[in-house]
Amino acid sequence: MSKAINIVKSTAVPLNIENIDTDQIIPARFLKATSREGFGKNLFRDWRYINDDENQPKKDFVLNNPSYKGKILVVARNFGCGSSREHAAWAIKDYGFDVVVSSFFADIFKNNALNNFLLPVTVSEDFLQKLFAAIESDPNTEIEVSLENQSIRFNGNEEKFEINSYKKTCLLNGYDDIDYLLSMKHEIEAFEESRP
Amino acid sequence: MSAKTLFEKIWEKHIVKQIEDGPAVLYIDKHFIHEVTSPQAFKGLEQRGLKVLRPQQVVATADHNVPTLNQHLPIRDELSRKQVQQLIKNCAKHDIELYGLGHPFQGIVHVIGPELGITQPGMTIVCGDSHTSTHGAFGAIAFGIGTSEVEMVLATQCLMQSKPRLMRINVEGQLNKGVVSKDIILYIISQISASGATGYFVEYAGSAIRSLSMEARMTICNMSIEMGARGGMIAPDQVTFDYLKGRLFAPGNSLWDKKVEAWKQLYTDEGAKFDKEIFIDAAKIEPMITYGTNPGMGIGVNGTIPKESEIDEKEKPSFLKSLNYMGLEPGTKIKGKKVDYVFIGSCTNSRIEDLRMVASFVKGKKKAKDVEVWIVPGSKQVESQAREEGIDKIFAEAGFQLRQPGCSACLGMNEDKIPAGKYCISTSNRNFEGRQGPNARTFLASPLTAAVAAITGEVADVREWL
Repeated sequence: MSKAINIVKSTAVPLNIENIDTDQIIPARFLKATSREGFGKNLFRDWRYINDDENQPKKDFVLNNPSYKGKILVVARNFGCGSSREHAAWAIKDYGFDVVVSSFFADIFKNNALNNFLLPVTVSEDFLQKLFAAIESDPNTEIEVSLENQSIRFNGNEEKFEINSYKKTCLLNGYDDIDYLLSMKHEIEAFEESRP
Repeated sequence: MSAKTLFEKIWEKHIVKQIEDGPAVLYIDKHFIHEVTSPQAFKGLEQRGLKVLRPQQVVATADHNVPTLNQHLPIRDELSRKQVQQLIKNCAKHDIELYGLGHPFQGIVHVIGPELGITQPGMTIVCGDSHTSTHGAFGAIAFGIGTSEVEMVLATQCLMQSKPRLMRINVEGQLNKGVVSKDIILYIISQISASGATGYFVEYAGSAIRSLSMEARMTICNMSIEMGARGGMIAPDQVTFDYLKGRLFAPGNSLWDKKVEAWKQLYTDEGAKFDKEIFIDAAKIEPMITYGTNPGMGIGVNGTIPKESEIDEKEKPSFLKSLNYMGLEPGTKIKGKKVDYVFIGSCTNSRIEDLRMVASFVKGKKKAKDVEVWIVPGSKQVESQAREEGIDKIFAEAGFQLRQPGCSACLGMNEDKIPAGKYCISTSNRNFEGRQGPNARTFLASPLTAAVAAITGEVADVREWL
């Protein structure tokens, strides 16, 4: 399966809470696995269920609201702060999201997302609030994200987003950083030898 | 030659290649690993048929998952046990030095690196843990990475990194009585918010920072991530050199003078440019405490939680959600609030100096009746030092439990969880929802403020006791 990502057209799930830390995205007790798979079912675990019980979903939490679904997660500012756990990006991707939209991402989360072909799209606060309002008034609002054009569109609104051209190439083609680094083996060895 | 910051001097020496309109390929000197964020990286290596490129530059320990009682027995929780065993297997297979359970050097990764002299000025240091910023206290570029990046460093000893923006935080003047380094960093975060330094690497400077011990500097750098910064650093000086001299992996006698000469060049040149600069008056800092569910929600221990009307309209839902979780009311005082647990530990405040600070305060006193007090040393070496100094007896007399080293109740991955609804005053770094256990409520504070709460059973002002 190609990991490459370009155009994502989908409805979205809105989660309008600021400063969501990675402990909320995936609580520490689920970090005991030794593989990367299967974290989606514990995404936002403690916000999703009463007393950690899958038979008692919290009705007011958005992932439990059948009106909202899609491949795009829309979140308020400073998303992914706190712990560096990549499990947070794995959980979001494994749940079925390909894009996360916010006005501001924490640094480590953003890198982790990019390394897992989960596209973090940073938009202006104004655009984000319009997007929240649109999804909340009509859950069927379709959003189109194009990595190629670096654009996000809904209901005739459009905004461009930034991504460095190296990362863009990686995501469009399904390349890993590690492949790139491995191709530099001789330069890395030469660097080591040049050091005092 | 143009004036350079401390960060730039180290960064530039570690660039293998700069990619146009992209990140730099950054060479990593030291790589710390632990059981929680490394297994998938080793699995990835194996799937690609790769070896660890420079095993002698990697150091491992088991800390996040380990019990803090009866460490000589097998770990009871099956998943934790498997994860720790996986680390043992991976290290053996790839020739990586492991200070695992039972080893005299075992402990929290950010405590053992410095105390063994592995962490040194001028280095680039990474670990799959956001509190790697701790090592910046030695004048190193140190930051947390994700597991894919752990895999990259294992395979190539390099990382792809964009140069961050640079911020300097100057803390000038004299600290008040009862105010310690934890209060400085909690104060800074309360001023600039939990995201105020996102995108930046921070250098801490100024007379108040210079006056601190290495342990105290580590506490400050440790919490850089709690305001969003990728890392924090402090220029090395005589305090740094004195701390390092004679430590196991510090440069030996024949190399020492040469190394120190090189380390003395690691400072920010006069006139070097920062993208942002902040000035803090040390005299304004009080003993701090957090009331909410991110580390930016802090106030002086005598202060009042903000009123709803003082909060920006847009931030109100998050603010109210946070207070509701904490069971606190806007516009009320936090002093006098009853606490159920006191946790003194974590990579922020579990070093020998922290334990000494607590011991000198509680000597001859007893804990409040309904409070449970856990003291979790940062490493086996800290634990033995505490016993050697008789600190263990002071704790025993006070009714405190001195446990064995690990991350413990900072994140509750082992059995050390705070029960739902209970209040814990904690010297750790995060007061997030559920951090210390599902529905547990955390007040972050300094070891001194935690110690006084242990004695009184409530949030109290340590200055009234000094």
